[in-house]
Amino acid sequence: MKLVARDIEKKFNRRRVLTRINFELEGAASLVITGINGAGKTTLIKILSGLLSPTSGEVSYYLDNTAIPREQVYRHIGLVGPYLQLYRDLTAWENLAFFAKARTGGVDRQRILALLERFGLKGRQMDPLKSYSSGMLQRVKYVMALYDQPRVLFLDEPTSNLDEAGKQLVYEVVQAQKRDHIVIIATNEPEEIRLAEKRVDVA
Amino acid sequence: MPRSVWMLLKQSAIVFQKDLHLEFRTRYALNAIAMFAIITLTAVGFSIGPTRLSAVVQAPLLWIVLYFSAISGLSHVFIREEEQQTADTLRLALEPNAIYIGKWFFNVVLLFGLEIIIIPLFFIMMNARAESLEIFFPVVIIGSLGLVSVASFIAAIISLASTRGALFAVLAFPIALPILIAAIHGTRLAFEGAPFSDCLNDLKSLFSFTVIIITVSLLLFEFVWRK
Repeated sequence: MKLVARDIEKKFNRRRVLTRINFELEGAASLVITGINGAGKTTLIKILSGLLSPTSGEVSYYLDNTAIPREQVYRHIGLVGPYLQLYRDLTAWENLAFFAKARTGGVDRQRILALLERFGLKGRQMDPLKSYSSGMLQRVKYVMALYDQPRVLFLDEPTSNLDEAGKQLVYEVVQAQKRDHIVIIATNEPEEIRLAEKRVDVA
Repeated sequence: MPRSVWMLLKQSAIVFQKDLHLEFRTRYALNAIAMFAIITLTAVGFSIGPTRLSAVVQAPLLWIVLYFSAISGLSHVFIREEEQQTADTLRLALEPNAIYIGKWFFNVVLLFGLEIIIIPLFFIMMNARAESLEIFFPVVIIGSLGLVSVASFIAAIISLASTRGALFAVLAFPIALPILIAAIHGTRLAFEGAPFSDCLNDLKSLFSFTVIIITVSLLLFEFVWRK
């Protein structure tokens, strides 16, 4: 998998948030996006993941040197971020089964159970998400993002709301992802910055 | 059937099942539509008393109730996704058209389900009678499909705006007007017991407009859905 960001610019009305962002990631790679609050880290993550269109510039994904059409890119992406919410009236299992079916056409029960166990949620999967704490919700988001082993994993504020054990889990996820695929992290935490090989500062 | 179409329909079914499941758990849109329809029908029913209104008045009354019921409930499928911040999650899970088709089907089922209650209640409260059922059913079915198509597409557009309620009514009415005009005329003919051939133009108008709205929605939805 190859990700190319070329001359990305973003304006909200007259306010310019991002100016000429360029980078290229291929194969096993990791990138950290840093910048002060309001600098545009989340905006860049949203543009790279296809949730937001850039004002100018281009984001391209290639698989085996073939460009992936924009409407198909979502199949290769996993994202964990504070703005991605799940259905709070449904249980964790119902949410995960829905997203598993939506992304892959079926539900691999063993995979979901294994991920729930890894993230310390086994036994709580039949509870509605509205009864979950913010840390538990963050863990469910990881289960959802990792379910179909995405080739590109975006993590926006990856350890927010997590306790120390949760943070260690996230660091393991990042290490495993960057061994074979691409991981992009938006953060200002020194420990998380050290996880990535490349860095883009949007300040 | 080409594989891409099959995949699209399969994904649409997943969205439809999820929305149905969520609706049965929360009854958000169901309650909004049912309460509006019942209160309106009761208020009008009591105000006219035992008087039997003419077909010229009954037909628009029926479609006013159906139109405002649709307006009050059918926008929730998209607005709820934005309000609960699940829209971005959905954007990362499915193709845009699969989301639109799934939600369109959900709205169709919701409105038809409620019409099973609203229409008999209308006949009871208004002391009305459809003399020509072979006109009444096609007009109500195609007219409702048209209303759902307009409401679903406008809901997708306004869900991204901050002044949703006012925008929805303002945008939906002019687009739904051709449907309402044809549906009201067709329903009047059904109440008057006109022969089926008299309503062919209304049915053609309803059908054509509904197909146009659905086609335009499918062509434009991706641009609306992707910010």
